[in-house]
Amino acid sequence: MDAPTAKSSATSSPKSSTKSSAEPLEFRAATKRYPGSEAPAVDQLSLEVPAGEICVLVGPSGCGKTTAMRMVNRMIDITEGDILLGGRSVRDRKPDELRRNIGYVIQQVGLFPHRTIAENIATVPRLLGWDKARTAARVDELLELVGLDPQEMRNRFPTQLSGGQRQRVGVARALAVDPPVMLMDEPFGAIDPINRERLQNEFLRLQAELRKTIVFVTHDIDEAIKMGDRIAVLQKGGKLAQYAPPAELLMYPASRFVEDFVGSDRALKRLALQRVRDIDLWKAAPIRVGTPVAEAHAAIADADVPYAMLVDEGGRPQGWLSDRALTGERVTDDRRSPAHPILELDDVLRDALANLLSSETRYGAVVNADGALAGILSLEVIQHFLQVAPTDSPTGADLLQE
Amino acid sequence: MIGVPLAQLEIRKPGGSDSCVASNGFCPDWIVENIDRYWTPLLEHVYLTVLPVAIGFAMSMALAILAHRRRWMTGPIITITGIFFAIPSVAAFFLLQPLTGLGYTTAMVALVSYTLLIIFRNITTGLRNVPAETVDAAIGQGLTPRQVLFRVELPMAVPEIMAGLRIATSTTVGLAALAVFAGAGGLGSEILIDKRFKSNVVVAGGLAVLLAAAFDLIILAVQRAITPWQRARA
Repeated sequence: MDAPTAKSSATSSPKSSTKSSAEPLEFRAATKRYPGSEAPAVDQLSLEVPAGEICVLVGPSGCGKTTAMRMVNRMIDITEGDILLGGRSVRDRKPDELRRNIGYVIQQVGLFPHRTIAENIATVPRLLGWDKARTAARVDELLELVGLDPQEMRNRFPTQLSGGQRQRVGVARALAVDPPVMLMDEPFGAIDPINRERLQNEFLRLQAELRKTIVFVTHDIDEAIKMGDRIAVLQKGGKLAQYAPPAELLMYPASRFVEDFVGSDRALKRLALQRVRDIDLWKAAPIRVGTPVAEAHAAIADADVPYAMLVDEGGRPQGWLSDRALTGERVTDDRRSPAHPILELDDVLRDALANLLSSETRYGAVVNADGALAGILSLEVIQHFLQVAPTDSPTGADLLQE
Repeated sequence: MIGVPLAQLEIRKPGGSDSCVASNGFCPDWIVENIDRYWTPLLEHVYLTVLPVAIGFAMSMALAILAHRRRWMTGPIITITGIFFAIPSVAAFFLLQPLTGLGYTTAMVALVSYTLLIIFRNITTGLRNVPAETVDAAIGQGLTPRQVLFRVELPMAVPEIMAGLRIATSTTVGLAALAVFAGAGGLGSEILIDKRFKSNVVVAGGLAVLLAAAFDLIILAVQRAITPWQRARA
């Protein structure tokens, strides 16, 4: 089936020959009740994951997030309700066959220590009876995809790899037969913070290319915000507290519980999530030397800042013009202050804010990829941004793709 | 010499005039000359070791797989095989005779029953030591329970299983030396023919020790060959 692109308009063309498939996933009042226990572990969970998106299940321990994930490949059987994969109920499929078509990545990786890396990755192809040549080619392709050298890695055993390398192999193994859906249970939880960040970024880059439907479990709200196209916050008793894209979750927590869970610094988290280009910048008044002063005044009147920015031939900001520069007939090169800080459209808002706070001026000149002035960022702009609803909020995956 | 058993005279015949032999000493000349007479008992001993261990291994494996599927069976199996293990071997060789007569069958039954506890316990331990996440990953990838057992759990339990085989084999080499009481021959019967003659006892006993060592090395070599992953370290 076709892999519909996610809500972002920017979809990169796949670099490798890896053809990729994805299917939508739907929880329909899925409930898990364990015998002898009154309260359900997962309670009437209903949510839809569009094909090609990452849905993060997040919540405190005991909220049923892992249980919910494991119901998808029937590692745990559903008591009531249903889960549909590509429109078909998982209950109608044989568990073993279902699982072979769902990538599975867990925190401890669970590589087979008695098998080489190549054999580990070839687990499902072997179950499906692929021939040797096809399997070997696929193994090499996958190793390259996750950034490992096939020549070097193929014949090693898992004990000879670092934690990060093992997790990469775990991802490669899960992708072996190009499953439309992947389940990932705290996949980066056991990795040290520096390598975790790297693996997260690498994975988002990979996902931008592969566009799998992914159910990703974590207890870490920051990871959820970074990885998720959509986040399902679960609370004790397996109840869905909120299901929303990250920015919306931060902006409009549906309950006190969600508000507490995302943390009191949720405004800052939004800043970390979004970029300067996502914000409505103030209109600047770019003026070149020699421009008629009357024209310059008109530009200033039209702009959102009461100062003119001197720009060169390429529109690159040079400095804020002084009043004196605007007194004669034509604008002269007389600046009151340098154009500092200069921010880029791709800067993360949090970094832009930090730049702005540590500089002397209240206004930051924002430039586009060519270095030309694109607008003005100010503390007021950011404050206003945090107060209004995010419209089409981009996600971590979309951002990395650009 | 009155009262000397016929066999005893038999064994000393070649080179019997030797004073060393006459004084029951350790006689290299006699040993070199008579070493041939030990080959048949040695082969019997090999047979008395390999067959019980093989049968015991097969039975233990079946029991261990059964107990792996139904955990509650582990206790009873250990209790029963533990009782077999606790019966003194010589007593077993005699006790079984009314049922199985004198000969190989009696020896086999007793020797097999001794290996069960050792091998069963090691297989069970090996299977239990397989990390839960490895089994979880295997199931999550769509391996059937049978595939999980044969492709993941048993291969990963090989080091423990082989350790059990080594203990069982060494033990069986030793116990097989007593199989003479069941009428099954082996190196034990050679020792019994003339147990006062040092040369005889040393050769027969020494061969049993060498046999145990050889088996141990063979099993170790096999283990190393089939578990390359055990030696792989970063």
